[in-house]
Amino acid sequence: MSILVDELCKTYGEQKALDGISFRAMPGSVLGFLGPNGAGKSTTMKILTGYIPQTSGRAEVCGFDVSTHSMEVRRHIGYLPEHNPLYLDMYVREALGFIGAIHQSENKAKRIDEVIELCGLGQEQNKKISALSKGYRQRVGLAQAIFSDPKVLILDEPTSGLDPNQVIGIRSLIRDLAKTRTVILSTHIMQEVEAVCENVIIIDQGKIVADDKLADLRLKHQNKSLEDIFIALTSSHVSLPY
Amino acid sequence: MVAYVIVGVFLLVTGLFLWVFPESSILDYGYAGLDSFFNVSPYLFMFLIPAVTMRSLAEEQKDGTFELLATRPLSDWDIVLAKFLASLAIVVLALLPTIVYYITVYQLGVTKGNVDTGAVIGSYLGLIFLGAAFTSIGLFTSSLSKNQIIAFTFAVFLSYFAFSGFDSMSSLLSMQRIAGILTGLGISEHYQSISRGVLDTRDLIYFMSFTALFLLITKTILGGRKW
Repeated sequence: MSILVDELCKTYGEQKALDGISFRAMPGSVLGFLGPNGAGKSTTMKILTGYIPQTSGRAEVCGFDVSTHSMEVRRHIGYLPEHNPLYLDMYVREALGFIGAIHQSENKAKRIDEVIELCGLGQEQNKKISALSKGYRQRVGLAQAIFSDPKVLILDEPTSGLDPNQVIGIRSLIRDLAKTRTVILSTHIMQEVEAVCENVIIIDQGKIVADDKLADLRLKHQNKSLEDIFIALTSSHVSLPY
Repeated sequence: MVAYVIVGVFLLVTGLFLWVFPESSILDYGYAGLDSFFNVSPYLFMFLIPAVTMRSLAEEQKDGTFELLATRPLSDWDIVLAKFLASLAIVVLALLPTIVYYITVYQLGVTKGNVDTGAVIGSYLGLIFLGAAFTSIGLFTSSLSKNQIIAFTFAVFLSYFAFSGFDSMSSLLSMQRIAGILTGLGISEHYQSISRGVLDTRDLIYFMSFTALFLLITKTILGGRKW
């Protein structure tokens, strides 16, 4: 059981960002985390990576509790945060070398070459990150996340800003990686979930409203499109002018 | 880029002070000593070190790259110490070229080598300790804000207060009873003391505790996201 979340709550002052969510994620398939903006997707990921503490509840990654064994958890995960923070004045190879040094990987140069190959950064590898377009910056972020060959990948909107060609490449990379790892990714793009994910969790206002295999979810909702299912489950509190 | 400018400015100003401006120039003063260098450097450091440290944590928090560091297998101490040593390295690199000044005075003395080498070594050490103390202050103020200007300004103020503020306070009539304690808290007295070339353990302990204190406060502030 690679990711285990049990009654996780997170309150910011008056606001409940997460209201007792529980789920599991296993290796071998991609778990898609769907939800409207502000639903709690990024908050969950930040708690799983040990960046912020939970208010109550338990979260475990690879058997390590995120609050008591944070260092161990961070050794086993690869995380791509929501806005893809990067050190813009570093060169691509330099940035990957920096990550390699943090993880103390042996044979850094070889691993840098591998990761550059996997993420399609061959042409750009000697440029400064500030000189790259958004799509390539996203790839660098992904490269940094997978560098240490982690067992668990937590990706927050990994294809944001990519053009359709790049998106196909990244999706197939994610599917490949998921074969031997646990991958959880968050997104609003329905086609992404349909193309990549086997399991789906829909979260709204801090609560889980669906937690199923994609195929089963479809069956339960009379084979409606995922978009319709999403809207049906999450927009009950939203009033639109039309 | 910023570091190059700062090192350049430091060397330019000290160069001008020591060899060009008539009021402070060694050549006009006539005595074989680097006193004016060691007297003016703390005041230069008060502005230049905050300029080096201002972005160290503020920029990470503003750009979001702090999340990148905090989700890696790095402890908060790792991050604080690494930032500290990196800034200190720039300070030391700024000081290294000034050894040329020492060699120049050594050569120019009426009898070669007629310069108080012990005092010079002591003063360089004092300057490095001073640099470390100001760096720890700068790192602290950088952790307080995402805004580098705030970090810079607050660091300049704190550095000035730590260096001269205590001395000034101790000369207030109302503080006469604790005048001795106040000057002992200030950096200036310990800096003068080491500069004489005699390494008093009290001064070493002072500088190390000062630096350690600010680094500890910085680490605590970074950990504040976990409360």
